Amino acid sequence: MHRSLKDDASPDARSCGAAEPSSESGVASLIGGAATAASSPCVASGEEHPSSSPLSIHDMTVAYHRKPVLWDVDFDAPEGKLIGIVGPNGAGKSTLLKAVLELVPKASGRVTIYGAPYRRQRRLVGYVPQRESVDWDFPVSALDVVAMGTYARIGWLRPVTRKYKDAALAALSRVGMADYADRQISQLSGGQQQRVFLARALVQDAKVYLMDEPFAGVDAATEKAIVRILHDLRDAGRTVLAVHHDLQTVPEYFDHVMLLNMRIVASGPTRDMFTRENLQKTYGGRLTLLDQAAHAMARGIANSE
Amino acid sequence: MNWSSYDTWIVLTGALCAAACALPGTFLVLRRMSMMGDAISHAVLPGLAAAFMLTGSRGSWVMFAGAAAVGVLTALFTQWVHRLGKVEESAAMGVVFTALFALGLVMLVQAADDVDLDPGCVLYGSLELAPLDARSFFGASVPRAALMLGAVFLVNLVLVVVFYKELRISSFDPELSTTLGIPGGLMHYGLMTMVAVTTVAAFESVGSILVIAMLIVPAASARLLTDRLWLTLALSVALGAGGAALGHVGAITVPTWFGFVDTGTAGMTAAAAGAIFILCLLAGPRHGLVSRFVHRLGLALRIAREDVLGLLYRLEEAGGARRARAGEVASLMRSAIGGGGTVTRLAVADLRRRGRVRSRSGELHLTPLGREDARKLVRSHRLWETYVARHFALPPDHLHPSAERAEHFLSRDMRRAIEDEADLPTRDPHGAPIPERTKESS
Repeated sequence: MHRSLKDDASPDARSCGAAEPSSESGVASLIGGAATAASSPCVASGEEHPSSSPLSIHDMTVAYHRKPVLWDVDFDAPEGKLIGIVGPNGAGKSTLLKAVLELVPKASGRVTIYGAPYRRQRRLVGYVPQRESVDWDFPVSALDVVAMGTYARIGWLRPVTRKYKDAALAALSRVGMADYADRQISQLSGGQQQRVFLARALVQDAKVYLMDEPFAGVDAATEKAIVRILHDLRDAGRTVLAVHHDLQTVPEYFDHVMLLNMRIVASGPTRDMFTRENLQKTYGGRLTLLDQAAHAMARGIANSE
Repeated sequence: MNWSSYDTWIVLTGALCAAACALPGTFLVLRRMSMMGDAISHAVLPGLAAAFMLTGSRGSWVMFAGAAAVGVLTALFTQWVHRLGKVEESAAMGVVFTALFALGLVMLVQAADDVDLDPGCVLYGSLELAPLDARSFFGASVPRAALMLGAVFLVNLVLVVVFYKELRISSFDPELSTTLGIPGGLMHYGLMTMVAVTTVAAFESVGSILVIAMLIVPAASARLLTDRLWLTLALSVALGAGGAALGHVGAITVPTWFGFVDTGTAGMTAAAAGAIFILCLLAGPRHGLVSRFVHRLGLALRIAREDVLGLLYRLEEAGGARRARAGEVASLMRSAIGGGGTVTRLAVADLRRRGRVRSRSGELHLTPLGREDARKLVRSHRLWETYVARHFALPPDHLHPSAERAEHFLSRDMRRAIEDEADLPTRDPHGAPIPERTKESS
């Protein structure tokens, strides 16, 4: 499943390896502008990405202002696992999630959810953004925020009826926040706000969850509560990818791990991949060549015109 | 004050204008994009001017569409300048809207001979003239501006009600909104269109500068009064309309007090909106300065009451040799904890009323109820000192100040937690007995 990591020496892994900065498709599309799945040798061979995978990322490159920040990410998420995304600041962890969700444009590559493009499978994917990404002074209650998770099901122009509010309340109780349903969200502590976000994801009843630092700035009790809920989700066959910062707790919380630093350094079962050597590769500075290439591309394209 | 139906129509037109602006304005404020309202209201000017030049008349659909289109383009141009020029967003906005506004002014001056619109109107509109241009509406003669603004208000109201859920989520969390199939960008430009159309409709009445006051100020005031979105919307409509009424009354009365003739209604309306904002700032229930002051006063009184009880308890504890004379409490308080004065006298009176203390032959005594309260307080104080002594490297004489503060805020659970952690201490670090937990005071 984790083709790119199966074996660094195997020829097919090398030909579309995640850490190959010179892989044709990403670079070509950045220069030529035309990103086609067919131009990638990896994606062309369909059996490489099993359609049963909850999330397949096919050779995805993401650039801001034409400067690549994520190179050739190729990844299949195993179903029903908790997957930790780990890497230094600026490694592109949040960008990876946002690119999957089409919140930032991809320079190349494509994403499938259970074998179909993300756009058609939106309803199967739940997203927990970083807590700081929203304005907590907004005049809504905790229940209002959680109910937002049902909006896709409700559909355009229809009001939020009793049924959906009850579902939201049930999700709030699941994270131990039922007593705070009517509180304006600015009156909640950081941990409580994070629980509200989690409840909002739960009420979406998605199959794949993408969480951006769900443990950031929460108290010990909330951390335990979140871990328990993640385990419940896994037991129910859901797949969770979570950006995580605390290396200490990675082996305890996550079955699988993706080590990221502008490219996938390693990914696979935590016990195999979460090694000192891999961590050193991830955190031991950026690949200078990648940086140089990215700068050259950003500059070169700007100058040539 | 001479009130006529003329005045009623002015107020009504102004109120409809404010109400129409308040709806999209609330979302601008909540999205922290108030400046965008400013930018759009300025930038519609070249669209208006072009339409004036083309059709030679006001109130045509061409004018509406042209100006609204330029308004939306402002939002788009701002994004482009921001991204392509790598200019900070508010700077990009400044570049775009000042350029468009200036272009509009130039066009207006050029066309001034052909159309009945002068740059002064751009500044503050001509609300007073609204009743002069009336249309027949179901048999009644209604100012054209009132009809137009009424229609825009209704359209805005319907849009906000119908898209309530979509506006809420895309304003609060545009990214999540997009992943749920409600594109944040689409909602953004939808709202910008609403702002542009509303500004165009309001332009003749209040001009393109004062309309900003109608977009932003009522919404900012309403935000101070409530934490509910629908109530914020309702209140900003009401405050906007109220400001318009107040503004007109103010315009025809206030200047006469100072010997001037009456002044422009639109200007006074914006001033009234500002006054309402200040009022909300002072009197808001949770964020208001008055309520904060009352809350602090209540807290100060509670602390003083508890300090008096604590003082009497310690005097009793000292063996009853010392009794506090009623008038003496204040000076004892002053020497014990630095308090005293009016608040202490108020606190003593309050304690008497609540049956916590009573005077006997000129001396203050704790009643059984008061003693129970006092035990709780002294227990908190001494447990806190015990706790601090265990965890901080501080000499014993440094324990008192923080305990003086903390004693008023420890809950039952916190007292128990300290007690359990310190293995049920009986004496504090100074050797004074810690009152035991009882049924009433734990």
